[in-house]
Amino acid sequence: MSPETVILVALALPLLGAIGIVLAGKSPNLREGVTLVTALGLFACVVQLLDPVLTGARPAVSLLEPLPGLPIAFRVEPLGMLFALIASGLWIVNSIYSIGYMRGNDEKHQTRFYVCFALAIAAALAIAFAANLLTLFLFYEVLTLITYPLVTHAGTDKARSGGRTYLVILMGTSVLFLLPAIIYVWHVTGTTDFRAGGILPVGMDKGAVAILLALFMFGIGKAALMPFHRWLPAAMVAPTPVSALLHAVAVVKAGVFSVVKIVVYVFGLDMLAGVTDWLIAIAGFTIVAASVVALHADNLKRRLAYSTVSQLSYIVLAVAILAPLSVIGAVLHIAAHAFGKITLFFAAGSIYTASHKTEVSQLDGIGRRMPWTMAAFGIGALSMIGLPPAAGFVSKWYLVSGAMAQAQWFTLAVVLLSTLLNAGYFLPVVYRAFFRPLSAEAQAHPHGEAPLPIMIALSITAAGTLALFFFPDVPLALAQQLVAVR
Amino acid sequence: MSIAAHLPALQVVLPLISAPLAVLLRRRDLAFWMVTAAAWAAFATAIQLWLQVGASGTISYHIGSWPPPWGIEYRVDRLSSFVLLLVSGMAAVMLPYARTSIEREIPEESHYLFYAMFGLCLAGLLGITITGDAFNIFVFLEISSLATYVLIALGRDRRALTAAYQYLIMGSIGATFIVIGIGFLYLTTGTLNLADMAGRLRGVESSRPVLAALAFLTVGISLKLALFPLHQWLPNAYTYAPSPVTAFLAATATKVSVYVLIRFYFSVFGESLVYEHLPLPQIMLGLSLLAMFGASFIAIFQDNLKRLFAYSSVGQIGYISLGLSFDSVHGLTASIVHLFNHGIAKGAIFLLIGGIAVGIATPGAVAPAPTFDRLAGLAKRMPLTCFGIVLGGLSLIGVPGTAGFISKWYLILAALEQGQFWLVGAILLSSLLAVAYVWRFVEVAYFRAPPAGHVARKEAPLAMLIPAWLLIAATIWFGLDTSVTVDTALDAARQLMGKAQ
Amino acid sequence: MLDHFGYVVTVLLMVAGLFIVIARGNLIKKLIGLSIFQTSVYLLYIVPGKLIGGTAPILSPQFSVYSNPLPHVLILTAIVVGVATLALGLALAVRIREAYDSIEEDEILMRDQIANSNEGMNA
Repeated sequence: MSPETVILVALALPLLGAIGIVLAGKSPNLREGVTLVTALGLFACVVQLLDPVLTGARPAVSLLEPLPGLPIAFRVEPLGMLFALIASGLWIVNSIYSIGYMRGNDEKHQTRFYVCFALAIAAALAIAFAANLLTLFLFYEVLTLITYPLVTHAGTDKARSGGRTYLVILMGTSVLFLLPAIIYVWHVTGTTDFRAGGILPVGMDKGAVAILLALFMFGIGKAALMPFHRWLPAAMVAPTPVSALLHAVAVVKAGVFSVVKIVVYVFGLDMLAGVTDWLIAIAGFTIVAASVVALHADNLKRRLAYSTVSQLSYIVLAVAILAPLSVIGAVLHIAAHAFGKITLFFAAGSIYTASHKTEVSQLDGIGRRMPWTMAAFGIGALSMIGLPPAAGFVSKWYLVSGAMAQAQWFTLAVVLLSTLLNAGYFLPVVYRAFFRPLSAEAQAHPHGEAPLPIMIALSITAAGTLALFFFPDVPLALAQQLVAVR
Repeated sequence: MSIAAHLPALQVVLPLISAPLAVLLRRRDLAFWMVTAAAWAAFATAIQLWLQVGASGTISYHIGSWPPPWGIEYRVDRLSSFVLLLVSGMAAVMLPYARTSIEREIPEESHYLFYAMFGLCLAGLLGITITGDAFNIFVFLEISSLATYVLIALGRDRRALTAAYQYLIMGSIGATFIVIGIGFLYLTTGTLNLADMAGRLRGVESSRPVLAALAFLTVGISLKLALFPLHQWLPNAYTYAPSPVTAFLAATATKVSVYVLIRFYFSVFGESLVYEHLPLPQIMLGLSLLAMFGASFIAIFQDNLKRLFAYSSVGQIGYISLGLSFDSVHGLTASIVHLFNHGIAKGAIFLLIGGIAVGIATPGAVAPAPTFDRLAGLAKRMPLTCFGIVLGGLSLIGVPGTAGFISKWYLILAALEQGQFWLVGAILLSSLLAVAYVWRFVEVAYFRAPPAGHVARKEAPLAMLIPAWLLIAATIWFGLDTSVTVDTALDAARQLMGKAQ
Repeated sequence: MLDHFGYVVTVLLMVAGLFIVIARGNLIKKLIGLSIFQTSVYLLYIVPGKLIGGTAPILSPQFSVYSNPLPHVLILTAIVVGVATLALGLALAVRIREAYDSIEEDEILMRDQIANSNEGMNA
């Protein structure tokens, strides 16, 4: 297959998978089989694209033309390649996990769940490969809508109101800010293609550039920059596999991915020199403020959600510094955070499935009953804090190097402070789990580890988090290509 | 003479003849096939005309071979061929739907009359669109309007009668205003042929009678197209009419009125007269904004689903008139595209609501009003119907990938061209109101528990689902591939603004 | 003033008709107003078409002044439309009386409201 065909196949596979899942809806085993086969096939497709991209090829396809001169087009470049690899790779792991979780908790509407999941992955891949702003926007909105049923999966009042927040913020920001920004770019330049070095005319008014940047940054609500971060904690009403893959990987990464992509390919790093100070400030504030909230959150998933808000802003911050090294850091962090956070969510879901505990304060001594789970949790936590030997260390290293190169002392202070805060809200969890005695109530309800599929998935991602520290070659190569094309 | 040369006449004559034939045949099946065949033929004709105009330019057809300006001229250009396509296409899709739907809504003995009225209404709307003669517009307008009043009055609820009466009064006033306007133009120019009139008006510029004509026409047509605040007839009429009627009216009647307005503004008066001598653009802009916000806001609080989407229609018409107020190619394109896109989406939604009315009815009884308390948990029982309404609703919101997005894109582009950034914000903000009312439906249909005892899955009959989903599919398709809609609309706009390439 | 006698009458009828439509609550009276309103338009067309001393446009050596026939023909059509509208309006009024037992607008509105609130209680 030529790389162009592979792109189309990769985009079509999850859709076909979704149809297959609907058809197999009556028989759960067959249905989950379809999901797994699709996920494996998809990953195989995406991996096939890696080699051409690493050797410098940029396969592209163009489908329909919704507006004259503005086709729905796809073009694989290093950044999108990385995002696609992460999303499709983790989908396999997450599917294994889902099987254990959804069955373990007797969730309803499982067919709808798997269908929406497959469609969400398709949308994420389309975002990854988008060749212009219109395509990106199209699938960005599709992703919002298709994940709505997943967020509100429980169908309770809480789920409904969470879904409302989710939809209003994501839809509101994208319609109010992102869309006018895109149309303005089209109005000014007559194109919305992503091109190396940016497409905005040289010498554009700095004020206009700053406003446009603000529209883009706040318009991409999925990047959860404060004050538009509330949807992310609200989305935690979803079943844990959804929180894990979508709200640690596909959806939020689609957000920061778009941020990086727009900064690099629409503005160009040079264009932005001097107009990103406010962005650094807001990202820095988000990092610290979200960490403080996480420090006080007793609900484990809520703590993880705020941790995500904070970690996403690392990526925005790294981009806003505009140093090539920090951009590499941003790209690496997309990968590092994905693996780390999905591990943490898997662990949270594993605890819930095995013991039905959701609060941090209930976790005393749980490490003795679920050592494997909590060990994985510890690895994820290390990555979040940015300690070796976890992946988070590598990305933070590049971020800090970039900040030093640009003499961004404010950034360094923020990173230092947040590292302490991260340690402050993750390490106590680990400490409780392993070193506090079991509470009397917990002793009355014995339980062991979670079901096998959950444990398999958990181990894979934890191993991945470590592996990314020792072998960051592929993400690094892709990130360096991204920066080198300038 | 081959038939091909007479297509413009056939376009109107076929549905027009089908109506009295339907009355004569009396049997409801025969009447149905008569009118449906005419509608399909009209659709085929419209496609053929659209292709011809695209290939070789404007067609001028002389009725009875009397050359204009003495005889009546039928004139098919890019714009009218596009509207013909919409109107006849909608009729072609909705008639098969109507056959199943009216069995539960209209007493069987008056079915043949329903088809006759439908045929008349279709003929009238097509006539308005195709004719190049000012007085002819009035006559066809009244043909379609009178048929419409009857169709609305066929609704089972007694309030359908008052709604029809109210519409009759308002509609007749509007039509009379239009005749007065045409009368002034006739007195000034001595001709009724639109093209001829336009030529003679170039010399007159802004004389009082011409401006008076402009004012009368604007008000009269605005009544017909339900421009805020002249929309009072619309919510009741849409709510109580039988569902295929609501769908057909929402998709075509107001749209054809918009067409008439565009025709008079750009082809007869010319932009300089309309946009420079009177504060018309400013008034239009203000009213459009009121419609976009006011009507959409009212829509959020409606309890009857049909009424909710009726108010939504008033709001969406605001987008169309907003496009007109810009006086630019992109603004006009936005209006033309939106009248098409909105027609399809709203038509589909009303068709699906008709399905709901059937679905929530107890067998044999009259369909109850689709109020929200009856819709609780409906998605479990009628998943296809509900999902269709959601997709149609997304188009109303203007989500990318649906037809509504395309119109909004051009609207915003037009606002940007004029440097009116606040207007961009207003357009986008108002589309969030659409999210609010669409999501009200979503939350009720998908999240509320269904009433006890009504859990069996019972979709609307296939004969109703298929036409509705055909339109929903079209909504998505015209959001992804716009070679038909945008190209035609851009061409038409350039033609109207005299900026043909 | 006298020169424009025709127009004065036209405008008076127009305004009177429109006023009746808006101000009266009786459905029949509304229709009467509507008819007057439409009739004024007939005058608007016909008055300028008629020349004093002109005859029907049948070519004949005896006459040199003709009236314009076109407005008359147009208004013939308009009259037909007007009659149809009136007939339909009256038919609707009859049906409304059957359904509501009244042809006064305010009473009809009241009955609808009562029906609405009853429906609300049942639901």
